This record gives sequence, C-alpha cells and structure tokens, in this order.
Amino acid sequence: MLSGFGVVTLVAQVLLVVAGAPLLTGVMRQVRAYLEGRAGAGVLQPWRDVRKLLRKEPITPTGTGPAFRAAPLVLVATGLLVAALVPLAGTVSPAASHGDLIVVVALLALGTVTLALAGLDTGTAFGGMGASREMTIAALVEPTILLSVLALSMPSGSTSLAAIVTGRIDEPARLASPSSLLALVALAVVTLAEAGRLPVDNPSTHLELTMVHEAMVLEYAGPDLALIELGAQLRLTVLLGLLATLAVPWGIATTTSWPALLLALVLLTIKVTALGAGLAAAEVSWAKVRLFRVPELLAGSFLLALLAVTASYFLSGA
Amino acid sequence: MNTISTALAVSGAGALTGAAAGLGLPARIRSWIAGALTAVVGAAGLAAGASALTGRTWSASFPSLLPLAGVRLRVDALSGLFMAVAGAVVVAVAVYGIGYARGGHGPVASRPAQAVLPLFAATLVLVPAASSVSTFLLLWELMALTSLLLVLVEHAERSTVRSAGIWYAVMTHLGLVLLLTGLALFAAKAGGESFDALRAGAHLLSPTVRGLVFVLCFAAFASKAGAVPLHAWLPRAHPEAPSQVSALMSAAMVNLGVYGTVRVGFDLLGAGSRWWWLTVLVTGAASAVYGILQATLATDLKRLLAYSTCENLGLVFVGVGAAGLFHAGGDPALAGLALAAALLHVVNHAGFKALGFTAAGSVLRATGERNLDRLGGLRAKMPATASLFALAALGAVALPPGNGFVSEWLLLQSLIHGLAVPGLTTAIVLPLAVAAIALSAGLAAAAFVKALGVGFFARPRSPQATGATESPALMLTGMGLLAAACAALALVPGVLADPLARAVAASRLTGIPPLTGGELRLRLTDTSAAYAPLWLAAALVVSLVLAGAGQRAWRRRSRRRAAKLWDCGGGQPTPRMAYTATSFAEPLQRVFDDVLAPEQDVNVTHVRESIYLVERVRYTNRVPDRIEHRLYTPLLALFAEVGSRARRLAAGSVHVYLGYGFVGVVALLGVLTVLK
Amino acid sequence: MGLLRKIRDTGRVAEPAPPPPGGEMPAAARELGGSAQVRCVDAGSCNGCEIEIGMAFNPVYDAERYGARLVASPRHADVLLVTGPVTRNMAAPLKATVAAAAEPRLVVAVGDCALGCGEFTGGYGLASETGAVEDLVRVDVRIPGCPPEPAAIIAGLRQVTGR
Repeated sequence: MLSGFGVVTLVAQVLLVVAGAPLLTGVMRQVRAYLEGRAGAGVLQPWRDVRKLLRKEPITPTGTGPAFRAAPLVLVATGLLVAALVPLAGTVSPAASHGDLIVVVALLALGTVTLALAGLDTGTAFGGMGASREMTIAALVEPTILLSVLALSMPSGSTSLAAIVTGRIDEPARLASPSSLLALVALAVVTLAEAGRLPVDNPSTHLELTMVHEAMVLEYAGPDLALIELGAQLRLTVLLGLLATLAVPWGIATTTSWPALLLALVLLTIKVTALGAGLAAAEVSWAKVRLFRVPELLAGSFLLALLAVTASYFLSGA
Repeated sequence: MNTISTALAVSGAGALTGAAAGLGLPARIRSWIAGALTAVVGAAGLAAGASALTGRTWSASFPSLLPLAGVRLRVDALSGLFMAVAGAVVVAVAVYGIGYARGGHGPVASRPAQAVLPLFAATLVLVPAASSVSTFLLLWELMALTSLLLVLVEHAERSTVRSAGIWYAVMTHLGLVLLLTGLALFAAKAGGESFDALRAGAHLLSPTVRGLVFVLCFAAFASKAGAVPLHAWLPRAHPEAPSQVSALMSAAMVNLGVYGTVRVGFDLLGAGSRWWWLTVLVTGAASAVYGILQATLATDLKRLLAYSTCENLGLVFVGVGAAGLFHAGGDPALAGLALAAALLHVVNHAGFKALGFTAAGSVLRATGERNLDRLGGLRAKMPATASLFALAALGAVALPPGNGFVSEWLLLQSLIHGLAVPGLTTAIVLPLAVAAIALSAGLAAAAFVKALGVGFFARPRSPQATGATESPALMLTGMGLLAAACAALALVPGVLADPLARAVAASRLTGIPPLTGGELRLRLTDTSAAYAPLWLAAALVVSLVLAGAGQRAWRRRSRRRAAKLWDCGGGQPTPRMAYTATSFAEPLQRVFDDVLAPEQDVNVTHVRESIYLVERVRYTNRVPDRIEHRLYTPLLALFAEVGSRARRLAAGSVHVYLGYGFVGVVALLGVLTVLK
Repeated sequence: MGLLRKIRDTGRVAEPAPPPPGGEMPAAARELGGSAQVRCVDAGSCNGCEIEIGMAFNPVYDAERYGARLVASPRHADVLLVTGPVTRNMAAPLKATVAAAAEPRLVVAVGDCALGCGEFTGGYGLASETGAVEDLVRVDVRIPGCPPEPAAIIAGLRQVTGR
C-alpha cells in the first residue's frame, strides 16, 4: 500500500541520511580533533569537500572501462537503497516490505564488490591490492553478519527489519537478552570492517602498505571521487543507523502519526551522532591491526555471533 | 499422445537422427545439422518438462524395448523440473556449439564428437524420466559414457585430457557400482524393480537396509554432483572437456545427482531418518566451503567455474538435507520450503553456470588461454562476452539483483526459520550451515571478482589476450538465450512458485505449497519475510538515476579528460605490474593456510662472485587439492601396491595357471561339501 | 584510562588562529570553496621543508582547521605542495604529477629552493639553471624561507582555502 505518510517517512529518512552522512563524518573528525588537542576543520568540511570535488574536472584514466565509470554510481545507489530499506525513522514505509535484513546486507556487499571491480579495472598494482584486501575482508565478514541476522531475527521469527524493530520496541526484554547483546557486539565489530574504520582499515591513511579502501580509489578524481566519498559516508551512516535501530529502537515511529515521525527523525540524528562520536573517540586509542591479524578479529566476532545464536536457542527454553 | 509423450518421442528421434547426421554428413554442414538436432532434443525436453510442471503426468512401459526388463518411463513434476532445466541448457548450448564448431575443423567438429553430442543431450533429458531401476541405470550409464567420450574429444591436444578422462571414467563407474548395489538391494527387498514397486515396498525394508540403500545411492549421486570428498573428477574433467560440453556437464549433468538423491531419498525410500539428511547437509556444507575456497585460489578460469559447481551443488545439498531434517523433525511446511529453495538453486545455478562456461569457452576460443594470469583486458576486445560473463558472475556471487541471490535468500530463510524445529541437531547444525552458506557466498564474491576483474578487466597481460576478437554471432546468440533466462530468473522468480510447489509435492515430501509467487515477489506462505526482486531492481535503477542526476546537477565541468594512469611519476605502469589472479588470492591463501596447505617455493640464485648479489629469484606457488592429496593419493598408492604384488601370481607359465584352476575348483568343491 | 587522563590534562594545544593572511586569492582557488586536498611533491629537497610541512599539520599549528588535508594521490589533490629545487630526475615526474591532478589545481612552491633562490641554485643536477619550480610548471602561490616556518606554510595554504 502506498500511503502518503509512508512515502513521506521514506523520503524524509533518505534525505536525512544523505544530508547527514557528510555531517556525521564531520562530527567524527571534529571529535577526533578535539581529543588530539586540535581545533578541527568544522563539521561542514566534508560537505565542502564534496562540493568542491563535484565542481572539479572529471578524469578518465586511459585503459579503464565501464566498471570504473559505473562503480561510484553503484556505490551511492546501494547506499541510498539501504537507507530506504532500513526502518531508521519509521516502520510504516513503502520500502520496508520489499526487502529484509539479508537484502540489506547483500546490497552493501554489492557496493563492495563493484568498488573492488573498479579497483581491478584500473590495472594498477594499487587498485588490485586494494581490491584483493577488500574482498578478503568482505568474505570473512559475511558469516558473522548472517549469523547475527539469524540471532536477531529468531525472537520475531522473521528477517523483516520492520518486524524485528517492532518486536524489539514491544518487548524491551529482547533488547537485554544475552543473545541480542552478543549479536549486537558481533555486528558492531563487522560494522567497523564493512565501513572501513579502525582497527580494520584506516580511512585517513596515506601509506600504501596499510591502505585497503583508499588503494582501490586512488585513480578517482573530481565528481567521481565526490560520489565515492559520499558513498563511503552513506555506508558508515546507514551501518551506524542500523546498529542504532537494532540496539536502541525507541523513538522509531511505528504508527502513522506526524509528531512521532518528527520525533523519530530527531532521535535518529541524536542516536547516530552519539554512536559516531563514540566511535571516533574510541578510534583515537586504537591502532590499525596488521592485515593478517584482521581474520583473528573477525573470527572473534564470528564466535560471538555463534554464541548469540546458541544462547538464544538454549535460553528460549527449548 | 499428450505433449509429454510427443516431446519425448521427438527428443529421442532427434538424438538418433543427430547422431546419424554427425556420423554421416560432411564436415561442412555436420555441426550445423547435428547442432540443430541437438537443439531440437533440448527444446523437446524443455517442452516435456514444462508440461509436467503444469501438473500433467505421463507414464508408459515398453516391455519389448529392452530384453528381460523392458523400459519404463514416468514423468511427474519433479522429473519435469530437471528435464526442463536440462532441455533449456541443451537448447542454448547447442546453438552456441554450432558457432563454436563452425568451420568444421578442430576436434570438437569431428565426426565422433558431433555424433555423441546429441546422444548425451538426450540422456540428460531422459534420465529423470526413467521409472524403473534398469531403465534408470541404463540411461545413467549411457549419460556417463557419452559424457566421457565428449570429455576425451581433445585428447590429442593435451595430455591432461587423458588423465582427466581416466579419473572421470574410474570415478563415475565406481559410482555406478555403488548405485547398482544400492538399487539392486532395494529392488530385491522391495520385491520389484519398477519405481512404483519400490515406493510400495519401501516399508518392507528394515531400517538398517534402508539406511544402507540410501548411503550407497547418495554416495553415487554425491559423486556425480561433485560433492566433497567424491569431487576429485569434477575439477579435472569439467575444465578439460570442450566448453559446450563443460557447460552441459556443469549445468545439467551434475543436477541429476540432486535429482537422484531427492527421488530415491524422499520419493522412493520415504524420507527416512534424521541421520541420512544430516549426512547430506554436512556433505553439502563441506562441499560448498571447500569448493569455493579452491575456486578462489584457482588461476584456471574453467577450473574456477568447475569448483564453483562443487560449491553450488553443495548449497543445493544443504537445502535437500535441511528439507529431510525438517521432515524428520515434523515440520513438513518448512521441509517443502527448504526443498523448493534447493530446487530453485538448481535452476539458477544451471542458468549462470552454463553462461559462465560458454563465456569461458568464447575466451578460450579467442585466446587459447584459460589461465587468468595471462588474460586481462578482454572487455575492450570482447565486450559482449565480457558483459555476459559479468551477468553470470552476478548470479554466482549471490548478490541482488542476480538470480543466485533469490535461491540463496530462500535457502537462508528456510534455515533461519528451521531453528523453530525442535531438536538439538537443528540447534547446532543450522547455525553452522548458515555460516557455511555465508562464508561460501563471501568467498564466491572474491572468486568471481577475481575472474571478472583479473580475467576481463584491466589490460591484456599476454599477446594472446591482446589479439582476442569477439565470438561469432551464433555463440553470442546461445549465450544470449542463457542470459535472458538468468535475467528472467532474477527478476520474476515468482512465476516458478507454483511449478516448484508441484515438484516438491511430486517428491512426496509435503503437499503444502511453500511459496506464493504473485505480485512480482517471492513471499513465504507462513511468514512475513518477502523479497521483491523486480521492485529491488527498479529501485536500484531509480537510485542510480538519482545519483547520476545529482552528480550532473552539481558539477561545473562536464568534459571528461582522458589522463594517463597515475604511475607515481615513475614511468607508465606495464600490464606486468597489474594484479594477477595469483596475487589477488594471496591474502585468502594465507588466511586459509591451514586448510589448504599450499606449496610455495622460493629459489634464489646468487651471482657467482658474491652471495650478497642476487641473479634470479624464482617463485612457485601451487595449491593442490588437499582432500585429493590426503585421501586419494594413499588409496591409489595402496591399489598400485596390491596390484604389483598380485602381478607375482601371474608368472606367465601355463602350468601355474592350470594349477590355479585346479586349486580353485577343488576349493569350491570343498566349500560346497562343507556347506551342504 | 591513562590515555583519557592524558587527553583531559593536555586539553587544546592548537594555537589561536592568526588573522587571515590577506593577499590576493589565486583565481583557481575561488572555485575550491574552502576545501583543499594537498599532495606533497618532493622535487629534490633537503627535507627541511618536509619537516616544516609536517609541523604545519601537527596539532599546534593545525593546518586542517583551515580546510587543508593531505591526500595520497594527485588525483585526489587540488594543491600540489612542491619543495626543493627541481632536479633532473624529478622534472618529468613533477610535470606528470601536475598533469594527473584534476582542474582546478594549484601549485604551491614551498621554500627558497623551489623559488629558484635557494642554497642549490646553479647546482649541476638541476633541471633548469635555478631549479625553480616555475621553470617547469605554473606556480600559483609562493612561500619563501629556508626552510619556511610552519606559520608561513599555513599562511600560503590559507590563501588557497580562503579561510
């Protein structure tokens, strides 16, 4: 059904995510700057960067093909689509019934795959290196994500995000269950890996040996780079939004009430900002781990997710 | 005469005329006529299968066609599904094959190859129609023999073909022995060899015998489907066969292993006990992960695709095993869902794997190379083939909007909901199965990013790849048919909801339809989860347009400048500097070091004058199939040992042989006197 | 915990921002709108200027607050910070680096050597008589000094970002 309220919810939520994604990165950089004793460039700086990049001249490096050209668009498009599918602001949304948590995870993976292909498409050593590392991490992230999905969807008996969120709002006890907590911790760890944050990848590195995401996009310039940066920021925002939606679902509009929607949008902003600021603060004290230590981290999170599933089975009184 | 019988008759006639045409016609028109008749065989199979999927059944018995047993055929929705898949693949591959063999030279255009191809196609279509043990075994063996002949077509070109042929011949016949033993035991105990008699007599078997029958049959079927650890022939034979044969084997023949398991396990033996299906599920999960891990590290494009077949059939077995577990756990609705997911994955896999192998065949034809390390840059030289392979890869990585995602989504749904089925087994096994599926999906993404990115993108890394040209129109048409099928499966899988329900019902597992198709989406009947592929694809397009429009609206400079690749100021990067398939997979190889046990060797040659100066560094890296290494090598060594010992008996003297005969007869008489 | 206490005790170390340097803003810089991605190119420097550039981006001077950020590839860069007299070996790479950056792009010559009036003027290994950067590529902003102080480098960058 296509209700006016649902459409407004959807549009408002997507617009908020798009407008807020660079601001979130700005906030995180600002938090980091404060903790390092610096003044920082201001929360608007990522938007200035994007604006400037869009104004710059587009460049096609010789020897690259359609994959290189399409990847920035696909990255942003998957980010937008995920922003629409996750009930960040309200569960009454025309998009919510068309895809579930598995689809969301797969769409994010689609973005990763496209970018890796673009990295390989340049035919440079860095592009291939980044793609190879990114796919290694992506392959190892997948089991944890799906097991967490399994653990989170067991109480509501459905992988539909709207059903999970509604279930968690109606029964707050589910939030504090060991299974849910373990799954959220596991999901948080893989969120870091998926979004390319410390300790898996350093988003502000300039050292080729440590690059993962950055190495794949070294050939992009101007408007294409603007989309890549926006896409990466969108990914981080929707992943944190997803985490916030699952961990603290209160405030998400479950009915067709306008004040509730407004409140939900405000709360969403607050939740994601707080989560981002917390992540930035934590990152100050973390170092990037060696690439071949990343599997250990991911294996740890996999174990947590497995524990989450078994805990939910044994504690549900079977 | 109804549609099914007409179609089957056409199919059989087409195969025989095709074989005759292949043998008799001159080289110039041979591949045209034989190919066209093969396509007729496939089209007839597709028609018969589609008709059966609408709910019609047909059965017939021809007692005089074969001595002693006669031929019994029966087509229901379950056989129909496999016939339709095989038929569709055969049609597309036959069209492709005409282009592949055009010009009438090369081994694949030779008389024997063109004569055997229609026969092989017909057996693929007809095996699911068999409804007695003897008919089934006969067709099964015909399929094995014809495919073996086709694998060996290029034996004069490469010695590896011969070794692959030997592996395949031995393993498929060991499988036949197991199958023969299992089905003969079944028929003996059930009191009849027609499938009807087996079905009716299954309850007469003791649980032990039923288990034994199932294990014997499943081992044979699993080996045909390339399940670990009986997969050793598959990554050898599939890459070495001519590409259209690889496509037929990987997309149609392996499916019959699944068909056999479902038919014997569910339909004939009546689902049986929990441990059977646990075995199936564990075998499937192991094949999925092991297969795709090997695919990730493979540098040979066709070997990669072959190992990916191991993976996908493994996923299918996970679904089949889960269906059996749920059935044993008392949840027939969920069992139906799991089986439907597995069967849908069979269909999807057939689509994208046939497309993948045919595209790989085009590459092989254009460059003579299968080694990804020596390919690259093909998207500029063969744009159509590259985009078709990209579509196949999209299906294989199981990401939306590809067709592989639809069935993996369903499979995951069935497993996730399966945790509601009581029992400790499900609680322990299902999460691990979900993890195995997820890991194999993740690794598949790495494998196919490698195949596409290294093989088709970037720049050519060998003169062969530089000189590649696009394939002829007929090959592209064949691939186009497969691509259209993949796209349809990806966008409107809902139309298969009812046929799948009928196939599930025909397996006698459950009569509850597991899915509803309508409104362009796939919705589970008993739960709220839904996936709307067409909606998602449309939304993806809208998002792409929005992103593109946003970029366009804000930008100031629209003229794109071509610039040299950024070379760090150090001179143009040569294709040799680009990442190869080996280097791409290196991190994963390191991560899975303990499982794969790769063999690496670094040889440093020093300059004669000083050990501090290096003249040459030679690096070799090989990832042997570890299961093969650990399991088969000792076994083969044992056989060789026994054989060489036994040779001492054959001294070459007639006296000794007469002596053996005398001793043998006396011993037999002795035994008889004691026993009587 | 030790780190948190350290952070709390240290507080803000960035010095108050000096007033904007004034001076004319290069034409290309107007389009950047307060954001400048910087790629350093060492064309043959003694590394003195590099140390000072490093200092300019440290917490005390904090060049990032004016919208400048170091990046890893000239493709991402708007500003190329060139140091040192241009040596023969670096002449072609310097040109290639400038060509690799997308328009609008600016070249900032840092230090006396890059301006052609440094210690190495007339040396045998230079690409031109003086080794000045502008002998090879167009220079938009000049920062004199041997080496220039971080504050001077920041003043140059602020001309570009306009903040």
